[in-house]
Amino acid sequence: MYNEKVMDYFEHPRNQGAIEDADGIGEVGNPECGDTTKIYLQVEHDVITDVKFQTFGCAAAVASSSMATELIKGKTLKEAWDLSNSAVADALDGLPPKKLHCSLIAEGAIHAAINDYRTKRGLEAWKEKKESHAEH
Amino acid sequence: MFIAPQWENPSVYLARKEYDMNTEKRLVYMDHAATTATRPEVAAAMVPFMTSTFGNPSSLYDLAKVSRTAMDGAREEVAVALGADPEEIFFTSGGTESDNWAIKGIAFAKKAQGTHIITSVIEHHAVSHTCEWLKKQGFSVTYLPVDCFGMVNPADVEAAITPETILITVMMANNEVGTIQPIAEIGAIALKHGVLFHTDAVQAVGHIPVDVRAQNIDLLSLSSHKFHGPKGVGALYIRSGVELDSLIHGGAQERGQRAGTENVSGIVGMGLALSLAVKGMPENALRITALRKRLTEGLLAIPKTYLNGHPEKRLPNNVNVVFAFIEGESILLMLNRRGISASTGSACSSRSSEPSHVLTACGVPLEVVHGSLRLTLGEETTEADVSYTIDAVKEVVQRLRDMSPLTPPELRSQP
Repeated sequence: MYNEKVMDYFEHPRNQGAIEDADGIGEVGNPECGDTTKIYLQVEHDVITDVKFQTFGCAAAVASSSMATELIKGKTLKEAWDLSNSAVADALDGLPPKKLHCSLIAEGAIHAAINDYRTKRGLEAWKEKKESHAEH
Repeated sequence: MFIAPQWENPSVYLARKEYDMNTEKRLVYMDHAATTATRPEVAAAMVPFMTSTFGNPSSLYDLAKVSRTAMDGAREEVAVALGADPEEIFFTSGGTESDNWAIKGIAFAKKAQGTHIITSVIEHHAVSHTCEWLKKQGFSVTYLPVDCFGMVNPADVEAAITPETILITVMMANNEVGTIQPIAEIGAIALKHGVLFHTDAVQAVGHIPVDVRAQNIDLLSLSSHKFHGPKGVGALYIRSGVELDSLIHGGAQERGQRAGTENVSGIVGMGLALSLAVKGMPENALRITALRKRLTEGLLAIPKTYLNGHPEKRLPNNVNVVFAFIEGESILLMLNRRGISASTGSACSSRSSEPSHVLTACGVPLEVVHGSLRLTLGEETTEADVSYTIDAVKEVVQRLRDMSPLTPPELRSQP
């Protein structure tokens, strides 16, 4: 069902874990309906210097969360905010169509973590541009 | 009679050896409720009916008579296994067809008398989706609840009967959690009220004793590939005197009740497989139950792990547990990488993953229902397989719990 890259990120997830005293933490999902992902950010001068994740969910959710952390590490908060779930899926060489929605929680958790960071610093939370990502 | 373990089949063994060499891992098949390997001697007995004595049983010449005789033998073997008469056994393409035929056949044959059907909330989709379809055709369906062990209460069956009730259909043993239903009690109630009783015994036949007379069963579905027979063949037992409409129309096969040229080789294989399963049942059930208990104890030693189904009244080979804080598909894929074939009730395939209707009906809380694992043992399962599986599951559960945001600190390997 999954390609080897997805299986590799599922079995050997990069950046799995937690960051103590993280600058921003975001969690999305609901264990009652399936997947939950939690993202921990360390930020210096608007750049993500470290990121970790924890995921409860299927292999697609784990792999896409892991890939998403790799893609945003070293990026600015704005660049990280603009990372779409389809870009994460592409970086994994694709997900089965039925599993595309599983990559949405990584995007959502990153947004939540960035806004957690911003609001902690008295900055205004960024607004979601559109809900169209959820069309998958 | 000596029954060779299925892995002694040279071709299976070679395929497996090659697989082991390629992947450098064990292969432990723990999904016997999904399907089983056809016994080598069963497969061997089937071959002549495809290659040499291949005659159509409906034809008149001698070659056809060989097929007919072989089918008669298989019919007798199936009948003996159920405590039925051979004339009450009708061959089908498998459990799903048998369920469809029994339920739709009775519904349409009896609709002048009534349109109410009683079933349970834990039936296989072959039964529940058939009942859903009948609802669209104007029938009404009562879904009986189960207790936390997945058990139907016979008193609920009796209370649900109305003058309109034409059929009760309750499975003999559940495919997910293995709970064995009080079939004889339900049969007695059906008899008392003059309502027909069908049971989907796909998981039970060949694994636990079945006696259609003692259990007052009017119709019973079974499937060959669940007891080391070939796939694509099954049977419906129809008590003599019970009339139902046909599902498959065409030729006059199966005494005009089920059209289509008979799957002779499959039928022969099913008959032999079932007689071997029944012969080996006392010994196998004892040995497999002991393995099941060891496996269950091993898994329940993992913190925050709970058994699904009834602790005692369950199929000898069924273990079903839930692990808190982790998700089923992840468990399966990680076990697969360790060579273990297993199953889960969690299926994250659409937008929101829908938990198993059986586990939900048993009242398994939503926050743990996604972390279910079903391991179903078989004749070739060894003590070493069970030890290996316990170790592998422990390792996988810990890895996934370390990965999960829901896991409390005390259950993590490092904080």
